[in-house]
Amino acid sequence: MDALDLARWQFAITTVYHFLFVPITIGLSAMVAGFQTWYMRSKNPELLRLAKFFGKLFTINFALGLVTGIVQEFQFGMNWSDYSKFVGDIFGAPLAFEALLAFFMESTFLGLWIFGWGRIPEKLHVACIWLVHIGTVLSAYFILAANSFMQHPVGYKYNPKTGRAELTDFIAVLTNKVQLVTFPHVLTAAYLCGGAMVMGVGLWSMRKHEHEKGMYRKAARAGAVVTLIAGVLVAITGDAQGKVMTDVQPMKMAAAEALYNTKDSCAEFSLFTVGSLNGEHEKFAVTVPCVLSFLATGSFSGKVQGVNQLKRELPQQISQEAAARGEPALYVQPADAVFTPNIPLAYWSFRLMIGIGMLAVLISLAVLWLTRKGRGEIPRWLVVAGIAVPLLPVFGNSFGWIFTETGRQPWLVYGVMTTSTGVSPGVSAGTVITSMVVFTLLYAVLAVIEIKLFLDYTRRGAEPYEPTTQTADDEPLAFSY
Amino acid sequence: MSLETFWFIIIGLLWAGYLVLEGFDFGVGMLLAVIGRGGTKEETNTRRRTMLTTIGPFWDGNEVWLLTAGGATFAAFPAWYATMFSGFYLAMLLLLVALIVRNMGLDYRYKRDSDKWRAGWDTTIIIGSILPPLLVGVALTNLIHGVPVDRAGNFTGNFFTLLNPMSLLGGVTLVAVCLVHGAFFLALKTSGSIRDDARAVARRVAPVTAVLAVALLVWVNVHTGTVWSWVVAAIGVIFFLGALVADRAGRDGLAFAGTFATIAATVACYFLAAYPDVMPSTTNAAFSLTVHNAASSHLTLQIMTGAAIVFTPIMLVYSAWNYWVFRKRISTDHIAPQSDPLAEVEVGR
Repeated sequence: MDALDLARWQFAITTVYHFLFVPITIGLSAMVAGFQTWYMRSKNPELLRLAKFFGKLFTINFALGLVTGIVQEFQFGMNWSDYSKFVGDIFGAPLAFEALLAFFMESTFLGLWIFGWGRIPEKLHVACIWLVHIGTVLSAYFILAANSFMQHPVGYKYNPKTGRAELTDFIAVLTNKVQLVTFPHVLTAAYLCGGAMVMGVGLWSMRKHEHEKGMYRKAARAGAVVTLIAGVLVAITGDAQGKVMTDVQPMKMAAAEALYNTKDSCAEFSLFTVGSLNGEHEKFAVTVPCVLSFLATGSFSGKVQGVNQLKRELPQQISQEAAARGEPALYVQPADAVFTPNIPLAYWSFRLMIGIGMLAVLISLAVLWLTRKGRGEIPRWLVVAGIAVPLLPVFGNSFGWIFTETGRQPWLVYGVMTTSTGVSPGVSAGTVITSMVVFTLLYAVLAVIEIKLFLDYTRRGAEPYEPTTQTADDEPLAFSY
Repeated sequence: MSLETFWFIIIGLLWAGYLVLEGFDFGVGMLLAVIGRGGTKEETNTRRRTMLTTIGPFWDGNEVWLLTAGGATFAAFPAWYATMFSGFYLAMLLLLVALIVRNMGLDYRYKRDSDKWRAGWDTTIIIGSILPPLLVGVALTNLIHGVPVDRAGNFTGNFFTLLNPMSLLGGVTLVAVCLVHGAFFLALKTSGSIRDDARAVARRVAPVTAVLAVALLVWVNVHTGTVWSWVVAAIGVIFFLGALVADRAGRDGLAFAGTFATIAATVACYFLAAYPDVMPSTTNAAFSLTVHNAASSHLTLQIMTGAAIVFTPIMLVYSAWNYWVFRKRISTDHIAPQSDPLAEVEVGR
C-alpha cells in the first residue's frame, strides 16, 4: 500500500470511529434536555433521575466524540495538505465557524451543566444542556456544509494565478442543495440514535430493575416515540437526498442500485443482487418494478442511468464541464480504470443503512404497543431487541457515510479534484502507517474502556432522587471531580 | 492594515488565548505529580480531586482555543496550515495522542472508585499536561527558527529537523512557564495546604523559569527581532518579575495576572518577530511562506472578519460567565468524601 491508500484507510478508520459517537451525542443531549425540561414542568422526581442517568451516559459518550474530533480537524492538514491548499479558501471557513460558534458553546455549557447543579438557577441550568445540544446541531451544520462542498462544489471559482479554488459566494456554500437535504437527514438520523439509545436502555432496565419499572417504562416509551418520529423523518429526508444525489452524482445512485444498464423508464428497485466480481454486470436479482425510477426521479416512469453508460459518458462530460470552468486537467482526469466507485460496497452499505433504519422503526412500534397501559410482562424477545436497538442506528449511520464517501470516488471534490491529487506530497507511507497504527490501537483501547463504563453505568441504573437545592457560591459543590 | 495582517494578528491572539488559558490547566495537571500527594491514599485522592475540580468547568473550553486557532489558520492561511500540519506530522501525532489521553483522564478519572483506575488516569493526565506545552513550544519556536521548505511550499525535513536547540529551549520554557502559571492559578483558586504548596513550588521553579524565559526571548529577538518584539519581550519579563513580587505579597490574583501577561507578551513577541513570515524557509528565503503568499482570498477573509466581530464577543461573554460562576476558592473541605459512583442502588426494596 502506498501513502495514498494508507491515508485513505486512516481517514476511514478515524472518521467512522468518530462518527459512532457523534450521532449519539447529538441525539442523547436532546433527550437529556427533554427529560430535564419535562421534570421542571411536572416536578415528577422520576424525570430528574432519568435526566441525570442519561446525562451520565451522555458524558461518557461525549468525551470520546470530542477527542476523536480533534484528530479530524488536524488530519486534513497532516494527510491531505494538497487538498487543504487547493480548497482551504472555501473549506477552512466552515471549520473555523464550527470551532468559534459550536465547540466553544458545547464545551463551556457542558462544563456549566456538569458542575452547575445547585450553583446556577434551575432555568439557566436546563438552558445550559439545551445550549450544548444547539452547539452539537450547529457543529453538524458547518461540517456538513464543508462535506457538501466536496459532494457538489458550488460558490467557488478556480483561480489560475494561485492554482486553487477560491470562494465566490459563501451563502451558496452554506445553502448548497446537497447540504439542504443532507443536514436534515443526518440530524434526524442522530435523533433516531438518541431515541433508540434511550428506548433500548429503558427496556433493558425495566427487566433489570423490576421495582422501578414505571420509571424506565417512561424512558422506553419516550425513546420509542422519538425513534418512530425520527425514523419517519429519516426516510422522508433520505428520499429527498436520493433525488438530489441522482441529479448531481448519477454514478452514485447507479452504484447504490448496482444498475448496470440505463433504464429509460420504470427502473426496478433491487432488493437483492448478485453481481459479477468485476462489477460489470448482474447475475441474479430480486427486484420491485418501477420503484427505483420513483426513488431517483420522483416519477415511476423516470429514466435512471446505469453504470455502463455512465462509465462511457461521464468522464467526457465532467472534463468538458471543468474545461468550461477553466480548471486544469490535472484535477479532472482520473484514470479510467478507477472511474467507478466500489459497487458491491456502495450497494450493500446503501441497503444496510436503509434496512437498519427501518428495523429500528419497527422495533419502536412494537415497543409502544407492548408497553402500553395495563400490559404486564414485556416479552423476552423484545428485551433482546432492546439490547440490539441502541447499536442498530449507530451502524446505520456508519453505513450511510461509508456509502456517501466511497460512492463519490474517485473524486475528493466531485468533478474538480481526484482523491489521489489531494494527499500530502511530503508525507511518507511509513509515517502514515505509524500514525494509523497508533490511532487504531489507541481507539481500540478507548473503545473497550468506554463500552465497559457505559455498560456498568447502565447496569447500575438511575441514582436515588435528590432534589436540587440552590447553594451559595462558597458552599461545597454539589458535583466535584 | 491589510486583511492578511489583521488575520495574522487574530491567529496570534488565538494562540495567546490558548496558552494563557490551557496553560494554567496544563500546569495544574503537571502539579498533580508534585503537590497532589498526601500521607495516605485517601488524602492523595482528596488533594488531587480538589486540584482537578479547580479546572473542572474550564479545561474543555480552554482547549477549544487550540481548535479555533487551527481552524482559523486553515481558513485564513490554507498554505500555512497545510505545510505546518503535514510538515510537523509526528509532532502533531504526539500532540493529538497526548491531548486524547489527557482528556479521557479528566473525563473518566472520577467515574469509577478504584485506586488502580485513578492511578492510571492520573498518569495520563500528568503526561498529557507536560507533552502538549513541550510540543507546542517546539513547534511555535520552529516558526521563528525556520524549517526546510521547498519551492512548492512543502516541508522537506523530518521529525529531528524540528529538534534544534532554539526550539527545544522554546518547548522546555513553555513547560516551565505553564507550571508556574498553574501554580499561581491553584494559589488563587484554593485555600489551605494546597495553596501553600502551590506557592512554594512556584517560588522554587520561578528563578529557573525566569532564566529560561530570558534566554529564549533574547535568542528569538537576536534571531529575527524587531524593535517592537524586543519591547514586548521586555514587558513580558517585567510582568513575570511582577508576578513573583505579587506572590510574595500574598496577592494571588495579581500573581496569576502576571504570568497570564507574560505568556501573552511572549506570544506577541513571537508573532512580531516572525511577521511577515509564517513559515520561514531555511532552504531559500524566497520559498518562505508569508502572510501574503499563504493567505486566503479577500472574500474569505472578509467573511471571516464579519463572523469574528459578531461571534467572538458572545463567546467571550459566556466564557467569562463560566469563570464567574465558579470564581470561589475551594479547599479539600469542599470535596465530598469519595463515593463509589457505581455502587449498587437500593431504591424501593
